[in-house]
Amino acid sequence: MSLDLVAYGAFFLTMALTYAVMCLGLNIQWGQTGLFNVGIAAFVAIGAYVSAILTTPDTPDRLGGFDLPIAVGWLGGACAAGVAAWFVGALTIRLRSDYLAIATFGVAVTVQLCVLNLQPLTGGPFGIGFIPRPFNSLAGDPLAFGLANLALMAALVLVLYLALQHLAKSPWGRVLRAIREDEVAAQALGKRPIRFRLQAFTIGGAIMGLAGAAQGHFIGFIAPDNYLPILTFQVWAMLIVGGSGNNRGAILGAIIVWGIWALSAAAVSAFVPPEQQARAAALQIVMIGVGLCLILLLRPRGLVGERRSMLSLGRGRKS
Amino acid sequence: MNPQFIMDGLIAGALIGLGAIGVTLTYSILRFANFAHGEFLSWGAYLALAISGSIGFLSANLTKPIAPFSFGWSLPIAALLAVLLTGVLALALDAVLFGRLRSRGGAVIILVMASFGASLALRSLLEFLFTSKPAYYTKALQIAVRLGGGLRATPDQLLVLGVTLVVVIAIHLLLTRSEIGRSMRAVSENPALAGIAGIDVRRIIRFVWFIGAALACIAGIMTGLLVQIRPYLGHDLLLPLFAAAILGGIGSVPGAMIAGLIVGLSEAAAVQLVGAEWRAAVSFVILVLVLLLRPRGLFGRPA
Repeated sequence: MSLDLVAYGAFFLTMALTYAVMCLGLNIQWGQTGLFNVGIAAFVAIGAYVSAILTTPDTPDRLGGFDLPIAVGWLGGACAAGVAAWFVGALTIRLRSDYLAIATFGVAVTVQLCVLNLQPLTGGPFGIGFIPRPFNSLAGDPLAFGLANLALMAALVLVLYLALQHLAKSPWGRVLRAIREDEVAAQALGKRPIRFRLQAFTIGGAIMGLAGAAQGHFIGFIAPDNYLPILTFQVWAMLIVGGSGNNRGAILGAIIVWGIWALSAAAVSAFVPPEQQARAAALQIVMIGVGLCLILLLRPRGLVGERRSMLSLGRGRKS
Repeated sequence: MNPQFIMDGLIAGALIGLGAIGVTLTYSILRFANFAHGEFLSWGAYLALAISGSIGFLSANLTKPIAPFSFGWSLPIAALLAVLLTGVLALALDAVLFGRLRSRGGAVIILVMASFGASLALRSLLEFLFTSKPAYYTKALQIAVRLGGGLRATPDQLLVLGVTLVVVIAIHLLLTRSEIGRSMRAVSENPALAGIAGIDVRRIIRFVWFIGAALACIAGIMTGLLVQIRPYLGHDLLLPLFAAAILGGIGSVPGAMIAGLIVGLSEAAAVQLVGAEWRAAVSFVILVLVLLLRPRGLFGRPA
């Protein structure tokens, strides 16, 4: 019994950590640079699908299935999502800030459509199954399998965290914050805001793709339904709860929000009669939406928040 | 290619245009892209459904179809009330959420984010109240009439085109000829200066919310009448609305309407040429083309 609990705990934490990776990607885009991405689900989906197509064994009714190692899949997924983010960013970052939001929303709709309709490549509504899982040789022992996967995911989060922390402290990260706080001053110092923003958006998109790939390999099955707009909402809620601008906050927020989500979903399926479950699930989403607005209104810095820099002391917010 | 796509495109485009006028007005006065605008369409449609249902419950006489159309008097009466209520919903949303964020003077993108959260909450609330099962105003079936030139349309569809034309002309006159329309344009050019000139900027903001939501409600009810009422009705139209508002040029009402028709016609053409499953991608392609070639849109002021 207690072993089952540990195995479940490992599964839960591993899932939460895949969301933490998405959250870290969003934190580069929003927390450090102020770029609003409404298409997180799209970049995650691109990463997951590219990785799945690269690593699954050859299948007769579907194009691709290259049977490559999982690491290649992770890398390919991250690169593909990064390229997609670069295209969207190059198109919109020089324009008004909310054009990027609208364009990423469009990307989310379009990627969902492509995943559903490009059946020969993506398996259509049925998705792709039999994605190789890391440590598959341990699959006979659920506990060892779960812990090994948890260790892998924790290592991924740790490496990303250290790298991003380093990046944020580096001159590059300082420029990003300077641009966010006062674009004109940064420009006067010879920094080109558009180029830096585009780099941040691309890196963030690539990390989201990596998260998608990692999640796909962990679960072993992907379908278009995993990448609905609700995923974007969840990741946003995670970052806002944890505190945007702070990488530790991003990870913490992911674990807390995923915990609340998983617990309330379990409560819904345990206590609500089956015919009312769809309604209860809708109410669960209302909660996330209202919660997001409440945090924006009441505690915009989130649980942890960013340590305020000197620049913000005399800030004049630009619209 | 079957010329019928022109008729389908005009009808879809008229509805997109009506919604896009609201998007473009809120965008030009409040200066943010309101992701919750689509929910005004859905809420309008469901409010009208609930009200017309209760009217029909009180007097079955009012649900008898009015000659060529598929619905009885209960729907137009419900539509009027729903327009008012949707306007009130928008004002309430501004009072509890957007107004507060605005007065705090935060970045524009915080407003966009709040609208994103509000749209999620509003849409799921509809799903909770009415479930995701599609609903209809009436069960009556309609036969399409021949209009010549290979075009057909049902009386309901022709009515939708007529109502859209009247509403758009009325809004255009209101904005160009009336005192409040002039004040609106002043606020959209420069809110601070308009305030100094004695224009009550808050009143203008309330007016814009109300007009935008009212138009969205009308578009939502007509979409519900011609297709079906679903909680995702507004969400699925959001990308076309944004594409039309940006293609038309932010702040331009005639631009939004014309661009709405362009989006609608391109969607209908794509359905015939490429296939119905790709319909939703058309707005994205248009959006990308506009942002690439002419980011200020057809009738927009240069940024």
